[in-house]
Amino acid sequence: MELVILTFFPLVGVLILVLLAPQQKNAMRYVALITSLLTFGLSLWVLSKFNPAGGINMAIELPWLRLANVPVEFYLGIDGISILMVLLTTFLIPIAILSSWNAIQEQVKGFLIFFLILETGMLGVFLALDLVLFYVFWELTLIPMYFLIGIWGGERRIYASIKFVLFTMSGSLLMLLAILFLGINAGSFSQPTLMANRQLFAGAEMLLFIAFAAAFAIKVPIFPLHTWLPDAHVEAPTSGSIVLAALMLKMGAYGFLRFNLALFPEASVRAAPVMAILAIIGILYGASVAFMQKDVKKLVAYSSVAHLGFVMLGIFALNQEGVAGGILQMVNHGISTGALFLMVGMIYERTHTREFSKFGGLWKVIPVYSGLMIVVTLSSAGLPGLNGFVGEFSILIGAFGSKVLGSPWFAGVATTGVVLAAVYLLKMIEKMFLGPVTNEANLSLKDLSARELATIIPLVVVIFWIGIYPQPFFNLINPAVEQLLQLVQSAAMVLH
Amino acid sequence: MFLSETTSMDPLFLVVPLVVFLPLLGILVNWLFGKRLGEKAIGTIASLAVGGSFVVSLILLFALRTDPQGFSVPLMQWFTVGGLDISWSFRVDTLSVVMMLAVNLVGTLIHIYAIGYMHEDAIHQGDPTRYRRFFIFMNLFIIAMMILVSADNFLMLFVGWEGVGLCSYLLIGFWFDKGEGGIANAQAGKKAFITTRIGDFGLLIAIFLIFWAFGSLNFGDIFPRVGEVAANHPGLMLAITLFMLMGVTGKSAQIPLYVWLPDAMAGPTPVSALIHAATMVTAGVYLMTRSQALYLAAPAAQNVVMWVGAITALFAAIIAVAQFDIKKVLAYSTISQLGYMVAAVGLGAETAAMFHLVTHAFFKALLFLSSGSIILSLERAMEEGAQGSGSHATNIDPQDMRNMGGLRKKMPTTFWVYLVGALTLSGIAPLAGFFSKDEIIAAANNTNGIIFVVLVAAAFLTAFYMGRQILMVFFGKARTKAASLAKESAPLITVPLIILALLSIVGGAINFPGWLNLEHWLEHTIKVHESTFQLPVALISLSIALIAILIAWLIYGRKPLAESTSKDPLARSLGGVFTLVNQKFKVDELYHFLFIGPYEKLADFFAHPVDQGFIDGIANGLGNLASETGSWLRKLQNGFVRSYVLSIVAGIVIILIYLLVRV
Repeated sequence: MELVILTFFPLVGVLILVLLAPQQKNAMRYVALITSLLTFGLSLWVLSKFNPAGGINMAIELPWLRLANVPVEFYLGIDGISILMVLLTTFLIPIAILSSWNAIQEQVKGFLIFFLILETGMLGVFLALDLVLFYVFWELTLIPMYFLIGIWGGERRIYASIKFVLFTMSGSLLMLLAILFLGINAGSFSQPTLMANRQLFAGAEMLLFIAFAAAFAIKVPIFPLHTWLPDAHVEAPTSGSIVLAALMLKMGAYGFLRFNLALFPEASVRAAPVMAILAIIGILYGASVAFMQKDVKKLVAYSSVAHLGFVMLGIFALNQEGVAGGILQMVNHGISTGALFLMVGMIYERTHTREFSKFGGLWKVIPVYSGLMIVVTLSSAGLPGLNGFVGEFSILIGAFGSKVLGSPWFAGVATTGVVLAAVYLLKMIEKMFLGPVTNEANLSLKDLSARELATIIPLVVVIFWIGIYPQPFFNLINPAVEQLLQLVQSAAMVLH
Repeated sequence: MFLSETTSMDPLFLVVPLVVFLPLLGILVNWLFGKRLGEKAIGTIASLAVGGSFVVSLILLFALRTDPQGFSVPLMQWFTVGGLDISWSFRVDTLSVVMMLAVNLVGTLIHIYAIGYMHEDAIHQGDPTRYRRFFIFMNLFIIAMMILVSADNFLMLFVGWEGVGLCSYLLIGFWFDKGEGGIANAQAGKKAFITTRIGDFGLLIAIFLIFWAFGSLNFGDIFPRVGEVAANHPGLMLAITLFMLMGVTGKSAQIPLYVWLPDAMAGPTPVSALIHAATMVTAGVYLMTRSQALYLAAPAAQNVVMWVGAITALFAAIIAVAQFDIKKVLAYSTISQLGYMVAAVGLGAETAAMFHLVTHAFFKALLFLSSGSIILSLERAMEEGAQGSGSHATNIDPQDMRNMGGLRKKMPTTFWVYLVGALTLSGIAPLAGFFSKDEIIAAANNTNGIIFVVLVAAAFLTAFYMGRQILMVFFGKARTKAASLAKESAPLITVPLIILALLSIVGGAINFPGWLNLEHWLEHTIKVHESTFQLPVALISLSIALIAILIAWLIYGRKPLAESTSKDPLARSLGGVFTLVNQKFKVDELYHFLFIGPYEKLADFFAHPVDQGFIDGIANGLGNLASETGSWLRKLQNGFVRSYVLSIVAGIVIILIYLLVRV
């Protein structure tokens, strides 16, 4: 029941928002903020009851409907793979809402309603254990994000939002077919039941793997399916970018873990080298394209392609270091890239530009902003002591010794991404903060306000926390990954 | 030799975390209260923090006298995942404590010096508010360096390794709005960070290899088992040590990754002295000494190390001869001296490497800080000159030696300490540098004749370029108005110089032939070969140095440079060769042509034709294809998303209602 309350609590805020008059903008903002903060509190309550070694915790399984005569259940549960995603979601939504405080002035009500529906949708994605239910939540997240970009976005918002929807839909349709095929063949849509009865669809494993992977790869995004991402990011409002990068991309990586690895372990083992190569291309290609951008937000968007490449490499290393590191890196990317988009939004609100050529020398003018942004950038660059390092190191060392990948070359090539990350991130620092102030309009910029500090400080605290003491996070992740990998390892044994 | 159980540990060892936490305290105090406390207090707090760290190192030295085998002092578990089990423990042994002592001693003196130096520098650069930031970064550097040298496993070592790199980046670009075009300092910092990161790539690969070969990253699990693992995996040790060497060439500025260090001189002079001469750049030498067991199992790698070091020593010394910037000469000299240390490791003479590391820390810090004293003095004189004449006085480059001359009389203390530094660097007996350099050259004499010749040749050039520098800076007549107005610096600056000069004079006692204190000290931690004092070698290197100084005098002393615009006498006789050397053999340009330019082109190709053109074109093309197949499809597509989304919304609402009714 805990999980039902958690998932649908944001809708309570939606109900209240519906009742408020359109001119009560501040009241609406407070309602949304408090709702999301309470949701965060609820997720901590769930965390307090969570037992990492206990597999699926707090499961709730209710009969729901029948599809092609196969029972569909309303089935939620939480384990070591999903709990950090849930916490990341509930932690970031209040920050995203707070970041939109002044930026969103038009149709505030609709904006906040979509935001809270989006939160419910994402929580549902991370908690659903019935495939049909998962699919419903998966599609549910699409609608509010479509409107967030399409209504509150920049100049080319219509193009970007349609592109976002079309890309995502084309992948998820394949997934829907695969889900129906699974249900009809195995007589159940429940992920744990399907896991236990893999022999019923073993013949089609690779096809099913590909169908699910299509949906998730677009979301991650994996090269070459990434071109919707920069457009969506550049057009999305700041709060939308935060959610898109920090949370929605994680839905793709999470899907790989929950469905591809768990349901199709043999196909996963066989596909691992291909997935790893795509991941590595993403790392190197994303970093190189990021380096060439003239717009800060685009640079950060392409950096996501590179970072998620690391995550995918870790996942398809298919060993403890790689997968657990990958999950931690999902959190890290959420925190660091979320913070980057947040701070890019802050400077955009002041200058109405994101072009590097309009910045330079800002450290002198707005030292607090600059100092924090440099910390966040360094965390993205994987500097030890900050969050990015532990995940990246764990992924690379895992991939290096991965038996499934079978060669240290994968990790060896991927490690050059560490150098390339420094290349584009230090370029960003230099163009924005160092050198003389070349744009006189920037001389009168104001440093961060209390509200802005309230959004960025929690993220910076987590950046240091994971960097200095990541063990509590690994304690949540490790047992679930061990269980998952037992399955994969026995599959690998069968293959060899 | 290996770590004992912590149960029988002398409680004195437990103070070791303070080497990190005292500087951290310094940062916190300065960060929270510094603004109210004022400059003097900020500098004092920062210096006390490092001084305290030095005292802690002394306590550890004392504790090790009774327990020389050393201990690992655990602090916390960092993380466990799969086979990775990483904790933060402090390794206290004779090797790490030598590093702590050297870093903290030199560090304290440089911090004190910086109290005065940065006060003036900050005014000169026009932003006194950065004074506090400077000392916070400096303390942060000490923290990172202490984590590096006290690490008990390769990952914590890497943490410190990256940490010092960050501080180096922040401090090279400390005056980030200054330098050529207002951006040169910042770009120098970036260049340093990226170049060393290329080396770090190698170090990371070495760490991965170690982990999968030994199942651990803890020194205590690795070094005792090298023989056994090497027997099972031939070639593995070679791979590990060569990849590690790549990291060393980055951090310790060796060929081919040395190119960042000369540019790093853009940092304030105390930074050049502390980070880019005395301590951080020696981290690579420390790493290889620490990993001696691995190198001993890979003789081929040792050979490579030896050649890299020796060639770097000679190559950088050649470039130093033709530089005019007082700090650039010292920078190339640092690269060259680091080459000696690296070569020593390759020769299996780790003790000699450590010995030279310590004495070099003294005399190179001395030389840099003294050059800072000169630079400040010239800057001050320039400003006074400008006020005196009421006009904008000629703005000269205060680091260009051609703009100096005759400073011996104007700055006597600086002159004498500089002379001590220069002579000890040149290897003149009985100063510290003579003994430490001689030990390396003697080791080469025992092992490899060509290396011996290369190192002696580098020693010749060393004495020559230092002779040239002394003569250009301190002798002859003042070649600019600023040089004629120069005055001696304040005691806050000169006293640390005098202390460093004394250390440079007596530092040889650390491993004086016959006593060999350092050697006996280190043999508890690493394998040492008894080094013997070879009188012929000593006489050769001493006379070579004296001849070089004599030649320098013949060229630069007898007939000093007349004007700041006069040509260097060497340039007159060598012509194009001198220009080429002065332009550092155009290696930067070569790297730009070979690597940076092509990468930028490739990235641009990816970003524009490939990403926006081809890949995105396919996606959009699919859409356009659809829309062009017919108007009916066009219509459908126009309303497609909205109607589709609407139907989904409707569907979900129905499902939700259905769900609520069912539940």
